[in-house]
Amino acid sequence: MSELSRHDSLINTLGAELVPVRRLLPPWRRTLGWLLAVFAIAVVLLMLNGVVGMQRRWAGTPDLAWAGVGAIITMISAAWAAFALGVPGRSAAWAWLPLPGLLLWLGASGMGCLRKLIAPATHAASMHEAGDCLFFIIGFSLPLSALLILLLRRAYPVRPVLTAVLIGLASAAASASLLEICHSFDSTATDLLMHAIAVSLVIGVNAAMGGRLLQRQ
Amino acid sequence: MRFGLTATGTIGLDGGFPAWGERRSSVSSEPVSAKEQSEQRRMAWMAAAQAGDRRAYERLLADSVALIRSVARRQGVAVDLLDDVVQETLLTVHRVRHTYDPTRSYDAWLAAIASRRAIDALRSHGRRDRREASDSEALESYPDSGDASTETERTQQAKYLREAIAELPPGQREAVEQLGLKEQSLAEAAEHTGRNTGALKVNLHRALKALRNRLYREP
Repeated sequence: MSELSRHDSLINTLGAELVPVRRLLPPWRRTLGWLLAVFAIAVVLLMLNGVVGMQRRWAGTPDLAWAGVGAIITMISAAWAAFALGVPGRSAAWAWLPLPGLLLWLGASGMGCLRKLIAPATHAASMHEAGDCLFFIIGFSLPLSALLILLLRRAYPVRPVLTAVLIGLASAAASASLLEICHSFDSTATDLLMHAIAVSLVIGVNAAMGGRLLQRQ
Repeated sequence: MRFGLTATGTIGLDGGFPAWGERRSSVSSEPVSAKEQSEQRRMAWMAAAQAGDRRAYERLLADSVALIRSVARRQGVAVDLLDDVVQETLLTVHRVRHTYDPTRSYDAWLAAIASRRAIDALRSHGRRDRREASDSEALESYPDSGDASTETERTQQAKYLREAIAELPPGQREAVEQLGLKEQSLAEAAEHTGRNTGALKVNLHRALKALRNRLYREP
C-alpha cells in the first residue's frame, strides 16, 4: 500500500469513527475545581482547630503569614500551570508561573528561622513535631496529587514530567497551606528542613510516577 | 497568544523552557496573509469536526499531513520513519481532539502533538537500534547453532508473544489473529468478523503498536 493511500485510508477510517466531543474545560475552570477540594479540606480543618490560634501566630510573626500567603499563591499558580500544560500547544513558559509565589514561600519561611522572637502561644518545634509536619504534608499531598492527575487524565500533556512536577508542587504547597491552620508551634531550622524534605519528596514522587501516569500512548 | 508551526522548541524536564512567544512559523514561504487564512480554515474545520462534521474532519486531517511531516523532519526524524509519525499523530489527534480550543492556533496545537510523537518515534527507534544487532554482527556474534538454548529462547519468545496477544483488547486481538496469524485478506477478515475493513486496519495498527511497546519496552 503506498504511503499516500495508507494515510488516506486511515483518514477515512478516523472520519467514519468521528463522533461529536465535549471540549475540555479551560485550565482556569479545572484549577477552580481542584481548589474547591482544597478549600473543603481547609474548612474541615478550621472547624476542628479554630481560626484564633492561626490569627494570633500570624499577627505576632508576620513572616509566618507571608510564608502561608506564598504557599497559597504557589498552590494556585502551580495547579493552573499544570492544567495549562495539559493542553497541547501551550508554551512551556507556563512552568515559570509558580516562581514568584515559591520565592515568597521559601523566603518568608527562611526569614522565620532567622528571627529570635517565638510566635505567640507557640513553642519551637521539637524533632518529633517536625516529623509530624513531614507526615502531614506527605499525607495530604498524595490524595491531592492523585486528584490533580485524575483531572488531567482527559487532557494531553505533551510534557508529562514537567506537568507532574507542577502537580507535585501544587499539592505540596496546598498541604503546607493547610498545615498553617493546625501548626501549633513555631518554625525552627529542623521544622523548615522537614517541610523542605516533604515538599521535595512529593515533587520527586510525582515526577517519577505522575509523569508515567500522564504519558498516554 | 498565537504560535506558528515551529512550536517544538527545546524542552526542559521533557525538553526545555522556551521563552514566551518565541514560536514562529517557518514552514513555508507563503505570504503571511495566505498562511493565516489557511490556518483560520483549519481552525474552523477542527471546530466543525469537534461537533461531528466528518467532511471537515477528513479535509483537516488531509491538510495536516504536510504540517506533521514538516514538524517531524525538524525534530530529526529519518525519512523512512516520517510516515509512521504521521500515522501516530493522526491517531493521537483523533483521540485528543476534545483538547483543542477553537479560539487558539490549530497549527500550534497540532505541532505540539506531532513533536511529541516524533520524539517518541526517535526514542523507540533508538531503543530498538540498541537492542538489535546488524545482520553481519548478528551472524558473527550470535550464530544460529540450533542448540538447546536457542530453541529455548525461541519458545520463550513465542510464549511472550502469545501472552501479549492474549492481553490485547478483543477488537485488536481479533485483527492480529485474522490478518497477522491466519494471513487472511482484509475482505476475508471483514467477512469473518463482521467488522468493516477500516476498523480492522485501525485495530491492527493499534495492536501492533501495543505489541511493540510491550515487547520492546525497557526493562
